[in-house]
Amino acid sequence: MLKQINITLNGVERSVEIDERESLLEVLRDKLYMTSVKHGCGVGECGACAVLIDGVAIDSCIYLATWADGKEIRTVEGFEQDGELNAMQEAFVEEGAVQCGFCIPGFLVSATELKETNKSYTRDEVRKALSGHLCRCTGYQKIVEATEKGLEKE
Amino acid sequence: MSFKCVNQRVIRKDIVAKVTGRARYTADRTEREMLYGALVRSKVAHGYVKSIDTSKAEQLPGVIKVVTYDDLKAIKFPTCGHPHSVIVEKRDIADKTVFTNHVRHFGDEIAGVVAVDSYTARKAAELVEVEYEKLPVYLESEEALQEGAKEIHDGSKNIVKEDEYELGSDVEPIFESADYVLEEDYDISPVKHCHLENQIAYAYQDAEQRIVVVSATQIPHIVRRILSQAFELPYSKFRIIKPYVGGGFGNKQDVVVEPQVVALSLAVGGKPVLIEYSREEQMVATRTRHAVKISLKSGFNKDGEILAQKAVIVSNGGGYAAHGHAITETMAGNFMQTYMSIKNFKSEQITTYTNLPVAGAMRAYGVPQISFAVESHLDSIAGMLQLDPAALRDINMTEDDLNNEFTGVDYSIKGLKEAIERGKERISWNEKQKAYQGQIGEKRKGVGMACFTFDSGTWPYYPELAGANITMNQDGHLYMHLGAVEIGQGSDTVFCQMAAETTGVSYDNVHINSLTDTDYSPFDTGAYGTRQTYITGQAVVKAAEIIYGKILEKAANLLDVGSEKLDVADDYVIDKASKRQLMSLADLALNTYYNEESGEVITCSVSNQVKSNSINTGVCFTEVEVDITTGKVDILDIFNIHDCGTVINPDTAEGQVHGGISMGIGYALMETMLFNKDGLPLNDNLLDYKLPTTLDHPDLGADFVETYSETGPFGAKGLSEPTTVPTAPAIRNAILNATGVKVNSLPMNPQCLFENFKDAGLI
Amino acid sequence: MFDISNYREALSVKDAMTYLKEDPSSMVIAGGTDVLIKVREGKLAGSSLVGIHKIDDLKGICKDANGDIHIGSLVCFTQLEEDEIIKENVDYLGKAGGTMGGPQLRNIATIGGNVCNGVTSADSGSMLVCLNANLKLSSIDGERIMPISDFYMGPGKVDLRAGELLTDIIIMKEDYEGFTGKYIKFSQRRAMDIATIGCSVMLKQKGGVITDFRLGYGVAAPTPVRCPVAEAFAVGKKATEENAKAIGEKALEDVMPRDSWRGSKAFRQQLIKELARKAIEELAGLRGGQDA
Repeated sequence: MLKQINITLNGVERSVEIDERESLLEVLRDKLYMTSVKHGCGVGECGACAVLIDGVAIDSCIYLATWADGKEIRTVEGFEQDGELNAMQEAFVEEGAVQCGFCIPGFLVSATELKETNKSYTRDEVRKALSGHLCRCTGYQKIVEATEKGLEKE
Repeated sequence: MSFKCVNQRVIRKDIVAKVTGRARYTADRTEREMLYGALVRSKVAHGYVKSIDTSKAEQLPGVIKVVTYDDLKAIKFPTCGHPHSVIVEKRDIADKTVFTNHVRHFGDEIAGVVAVDSYTARKAAELVEVEYEKLPVYLESEEALQEGAKEIHDGSKNIVKEDEYELGSDVEPIFESADYVLEEDYDISPVKHCHLENQIAYAYQDAEQRIVVVSATQIPHIVRRILSQAFELPYSKFRIIKPYVGGGFGNKQDVVVEPQVVALSLAVGGKPVLIEYSREEQMVATRTRHAVKISLKSGFNKDGEILAQKAVIVSNGGGYAAHGHAITETMAGNFMQTYMSIKNFKSEQITTYTNLPVAGAMRAYGVPQISFAVESHLDSIAGMLQLDPAALRDINMTEDDLNNEFTGVDYSIKGLKEAIERGKERISWNEKQKAYQGQIGEKRKGVGMACFTFDSGTWPYYPELAGANITMNQDGHLYMHLGAVEIGQGSDTVFCQMAAETTGVSYDNVHINSLTDTDYSPFDTGAYGTRQTYITGQAVVKAAEIIYGKILEKAANLLDVGSEKLDVADDYVIDKASKRQLMSLADLALNTYYNEESGEVITCSVSNQVKSNSINTGVCFTEVEVDITTGKVDILDIFNIHDCGTVINPDTAEGQVHGGISMGIGYALMETMLFNKDGLPLNDNLLDYKLPTTLDHPDLGADFVETYSETGPFGAKGLSEPTTVPTAPAIRNAILNATGVKVNSLPMNPQCLFENFKDAGLI
Repeated sequence: MFDISNYREALSVKDAMTYLKEDPSSMVIAGGTDVLIKVREGKLAGSSLVGIHKIDDLKGICKDANGDIHIGSLVCFTQLEEDEIIKENVDYLGKAGGTMGGPQLRNIATIGGNVCNGVTSADSGSMLVCLNANLKLSSIDGERIMPISDFYMGPGKVDLRAGELLTDIIIMKEDYEGFTGKYIKFSQRRAMDIATIGCSVMLKQKGGVITDFRLGYGVAAPTPVRCPVAEAFAVGKKATEENAKAIGEKALEDVMPRDSWRGSKAFRQQLIKELARKAIEELAGLRGGQDA
């Protein structure tokens, strides 16, 4: 069930042969080496595999790779601009919001999606926007604080 | 004490790697020609394999090899990450084989498949046909201990171990003469660690035929030793590499997946074979926090003085011994540690084999269970006597120097008393605790508290040993090799801070690789037991002091001044008196390495054995709102105040506290592993196993009382594990304050509270 | 990789109907958040799938000349919650959808999938039942429109015939106009969870008297259900706390919750009573907007 798909991955046009049975997670990790995208549960419960598809955060473990054809995919690997961290990455570093780091790329995906709305959010709204990601290390406290800080950055 | 680098909020060493996706975890590395393994797991909780048919699996295109229990020599090995012992009796129970035909819990490993991709491997594993002779399934300790029960391990009577101790006088006559006696039973569910990265490892034979294992482990050196036992090969035949690890919480302190990948790799001529557990496998075939039943009895006077306490602890160990009786012993050793004024204690404890998944280490190693009982029991007593629970605790605590007679450790809880006072003020305890009594209505508020004491490291239960190598490179930077293991807790960062503080090299110029490699990293038993800051930290300081001495010696020679007049600060050798910079460390290092007459590598390697412990303490305060009609608990406020000695890094320390509270909230209100009567899991995934989400937490608070530990590096004690200890009893006590109902089981989920409220006539 | 025997991508409704006709054993996959999980679990392993993910015609929400609201079956829950027509007319339906899963799931899980999945815990289910939603089912042989309560046949079973595709969910003007509504999801945690009980209430009142009333539940029976006994009892009653309580108790005559490891029958009955009471109190302005 092989098929060629064309995507824009972190700003670069890519053509890749996939199996229609594959998840986007598998293709991103195994064929395009975007290893920031993590496998945590395989059923869309932990959010570690979230990526931005046309600007919207989606869990890539339950998204067929074939659906990505023609779409723009962004992962944490593509968040830096000219060697500078994006606002959310920077805020996560400054706030020390990271422990084991396994869930962090997923959180950064949703936090960046939020940032790109250019809206302001209350703490409760931030919590809701991040509620599709599980983290066992941080109790979410510094992650929520860092996301708020990232939203305030220029 | 004033510090320059220690006690400061420096940026974690690994954080940029982790926010950019550059941090490579085990699954992110790969080998050419990687093959993939999948396991054939038992679908019954107890039984013998009557027959196994691998033919369909073998015929599936892409399958390289199927390996069953029949193909491997049945060598028994222990799995738990304790230090080894030269005393044979002290060694861990060896009751596990790589594959087995006597399955002891759902998910036990019967066979393995190697295939060209993971999809094919898993599909083939499903095609292996297994017929079972079913044996009786025991899910509760009581069932396994019944007369005539089938032995899960031959000759064990389903007892891993049992023992007891008495401190002070016989408790029974004291109960007789006390004003009051209260006996309560606590029933605590098993829970899971739920690190986001599942168990994963791969193994291959390198060019010299040594076996390389890349694994997400907390204990690389112990993995090497256990593999040596499991395959009857010398330690040095193995090389263990630990990349970035996505959390462990004790679950990666057992050797679980590593023998499986080694066995499968050896079966295919040493080609690389990777096994990544699915979340479902992770839930049943790794380790759990012990389900425990604790009976506590206290005799006390009407003024709140507790005269004697007795605990009976029954720990459900699951299908294999793993940590044996050690976790239950830790419960017993911790039982009386906080309230030593009580003086007379008795504890009887047993660990059983059952057909639940195997219990093992999980953050705080049994102390959450015993603390739930002890701290809940105190509030029950306070309620009986109409006393403020904080006052009752005060009556039964002492500021005197203490000695835990069970472990022999000397300690003091002065820091805890200060923490309690600070916490009471922060939550307005005196006003709220009284005001919240006797409420009526649909939603009721309550405040609660709970204390703990906890060990830093595992001495004297286990020997404590750590190595540290530090080299000053040619540019004046330091490079450290440690066997201590970074799994997300931030240990690499605090070790770099310690080295910087000791040597005068700036933090940015101290380097460490998050990867641990037994070929290059000195011996250290690993990340567990709240030990690394305290134990490995001492080794780091010892090595850094030697490097500092070498810097002064070289500088004295190069500058032709007495070394006693010199110091190092901000990467420069300075004049001690005037603080004037005399020479950069870069110049010093360059001149030392490349000196044509007396060139020298600036390096040192130390070993440090520790025979001390430094008890850390703390308290949790919380305010909750309980909906009587639905059994839902809202946490309005929750914070811990810890005495962990000097806080080496406030940012990472707060992170530990937040994470511990979070895990404690799950333990208190949501999490439990459920099984049907046949021992098959009901909620072995992250939808049905309820880990708290961002919306299930209020803001979490962390504060510190910094007493100075005489033995710890820069006065530091341990911190990581006990952060989760006091949460559940604090919440339980807040629910009691709000509703007047004593809930003595975990989790206190809506179903549980509904039943409790119904029994109490509130519904 | 998912154990799928065949996959065909439909780019139009006609494509989809054709593919479904050609292979009557095939099933539709929309957002995939249910289907792919079931494939992975083995329940739907080896399935032949027709993907409708890319059919833009099914992603719209509009109000027709009669004031009836049409929701395309591929509308995802994020869109449902944020859509202006929904917010203006049936915001409680959008909010009910907003309790489903987590944000990433709501970005892709579709209302059509939620309905066709046929589970009693579907967060849009009980509210759609209260709204008397009609479903448009299209196939190459024609189309039919049926009320959602008839569509639900049993746990995980719906009246979707071979070759049929759910294309449109229709809410008639008289079914929403003048109503206020509230969905209370009671679950073990506040995100990423399925309901222990989901309770949907729609209410009209005049002069402190309940003039129209609809009550529906998820997880209180094998499918999302309405409560005719409680509804009849409620109409004409004054909107008071006592009556809110009485209506909640009356609802027990309409439902048949069961014991499971997720919650006991007795606990579910308690929730059935209490959630209705809380929702009614809130809609009638008897409480300060407290959520369950």
